[in-house]
Amino acid sequence: MHELPVTESILEISLRHARQAEARRITDLYLVIGQLASIVDDSVQFYWDIISKDTLADGARLHFRRIETEMRCLDCSLNYKPAASDMACPSCGGSNVRVIAGEEFFLESIDVES
Amino acid sequence: MSTRVPVVEKILSANERLAAENRARLDNKGVFSLNFMASPGAGKTSLIEQTVRKLAGQLNIAVIDGDIATSIDADRAAAAGAIAVQINTGGECHLDAAMLQDALPKLDLEKIDVLIVENVGNLVCPASFPLGTHQSILIASIPEGDDKPYKYPGMYRGVDALIINKVDLLPYIPFNMEYFRRGVELLNPGLVTFPLSCRSEEGIEGWLNWVLEAVRNFGKTR
Repeated sequence: MHELPVTESILEISLRHARQAEARRITDLYLVIGQLASIVDDSVQFYWDIISKDTLADGARLHFRRIETEMRCLDCSLNYKPAASDMACPSCGGSNVRVIAGEEFFLESIDVES
Repeated sequence: MSTRVPVVEKILSANERLAAENRARLDNKGVFSLNFMASPGAGKTSLIEQTVRKLAGQLNIAVIDGDIATSIDADRAAAAGAIAVQINTGGECHLDAAMLQDALPKLDLEKIDVLIVENVGNLVCPASFPLGTHQSILIASIPEGDDKPYKYPGMYRGVDALIINKVDLLPYIPFNMEYFRRGVELLNPGLVTFPLSCRSEEGIEGWLNWVLEAVRNFGKTR
């Protein structure tokens, strides 16, 4: 739903870094998206194809690296991937838990031609 | 020749920058601010009406209302006695920090103690777009069902207080409070909750006291 402003932000960040590197063209973008970030790859791709036209990033490929949600139980120090319906610690059943991965949403790097 | 350029920049960093500016502006003017988030129909506007009516005379409350197209909610807030400003998002599913930044100049912040921002009714996106407000409040309601913390974890994780509205409907609707609370506890351990009904007004007092206490603490830390 909000992928258009998100995609605009990806374009802005990538163009800024490409200009700093005095690049002629951006060929690839490497995005890292956690499972909890509620971003749909296909939707980002759809907007990307439209808004990157006639920019340094025209035709650049988007690469999505998905990060699974991972939690840590503070009582028994277990790191685990939660089940969809129950996020409690699978070992002790406790609820003293924290999300340690899955919220990522950043542009890791870009490939450019100079 | 192809080169890899490291970036490592958060996609939503622009929003976070503007949110920090909003926070500084509100701090500077001594305005304590709340971001009300909930699914459509949970009772955001009803809670605003109750809060404004019951705390009139103690606090000057302003409301900024995010809505896709209408001014129905802002009109209700104004009728309850709040200074109300409408933001129409034009179809956008959440408020962002830039929209709040545009709306703030429409208010005389010097004269306001508390600002309530009513986000667009949506249980997914608003959690990803901090506005710069001091506290985030999630309003759940009994008819939505007891599985919502499990289905919308992002919303439950990032909030500072949880309202459980429409408890007057508990006798009529299958809602396992223990199951609901367990989901909340997993996502947001120790979260303060206020089971209440905006219609019957049961439980409202606890919420109002929390607001008054939060405003007092805000005053002390400034």
